[in-house]
Amino acid sequence: MGNPTKIRATHKDGVTEVRVSISHEMETGQRKDANGAVVPAWFITEFVARHNEKLVLHSEFGTAVSRNPYLAFRFKGGSKGDKVVVSWKDNKGDSRTDEAVIT
Amino acid sequence: MNTQRRTIVKGLSGAALLKVLAAAGFIAPGSALAEWNTAAFAAKSLGETLKALSAGTPAESNHVSLTGPDIAENGAIVPVGVTSSLPNTTMVAILIEKNPNPLAASFVLPEGTEASVQTRIKMAQTSNVYALVKADGKFFMATREIKVIVGGCGA
Repeated sequence: MGNPTKIRATHKDGVTEVRVSISHEMETGQRKDANGAVVPAWFITEFVARHNEKLVLHSEFGTAVSRNPYLAFRFKGGSKGDKVVVSWKDNKGDSRTDEAVIT
Repeated sequence: MNTQRRTIVKGLSGAALLKVLAAAGFIAPGSALAEWNTAAFAAKSLGETLKALSAGTPAESNHVSLTGPDIAENGAIVPVGVTSSLPNTTMVAILIEKNPNPLAASFVLPEGTEASVQTRIKMAQTSNVYALVKADGKFFMATREIKVIVGGCGA
């Protein structure tokens, strides 16, 4: 499940800006541990954001997205008090959904 | 016979089947959208990646901008941003030429979402970084060289 995703959604002049900080290892599969064994890849593959059930962003990640991924994007519309829901899924089948209210 | 056990086994095989179907591309996991583009993310060169994304040879466009540092001290966290002023930009992707797998992330932008995304990427070494966008069904790109002092491969 991982730790909660931090979400900040702010509305200004008809546009909502969403900033997301996800807690995830994002292991590349390139790194070796102290014994020289390859640490298997473990990373988020899919990230989806919705505003009032409407999809506002659908992204796919590879291993080159930094640990604890940060993402910022903007969409037209949205108003204060609306909900923004974000979810991610990783290559091990783990997933998490969090939501925030637009301020 | 232990019926409870039967039910669990049945339930498990159902889930396993679903996984197999998902892997084969029959069912898109999570959202009812495109399957994670394995070919594009596994591609090992820029050319292969562009091919897997069916991007052909994207034209350089000054309507696409890629922001980022000129020099990144730590290759594990390189902040980059892509914006496009092209109308109907529906897709944005970030590619790092000299990474083991160039494609870092791709973003599908539904109508109403602005073509402006920022994120942080890992870079193995100094490399050209490409912002690839799809607008009106055509592909365009912007390039920026980012110098990396300490590679982010081991991070």
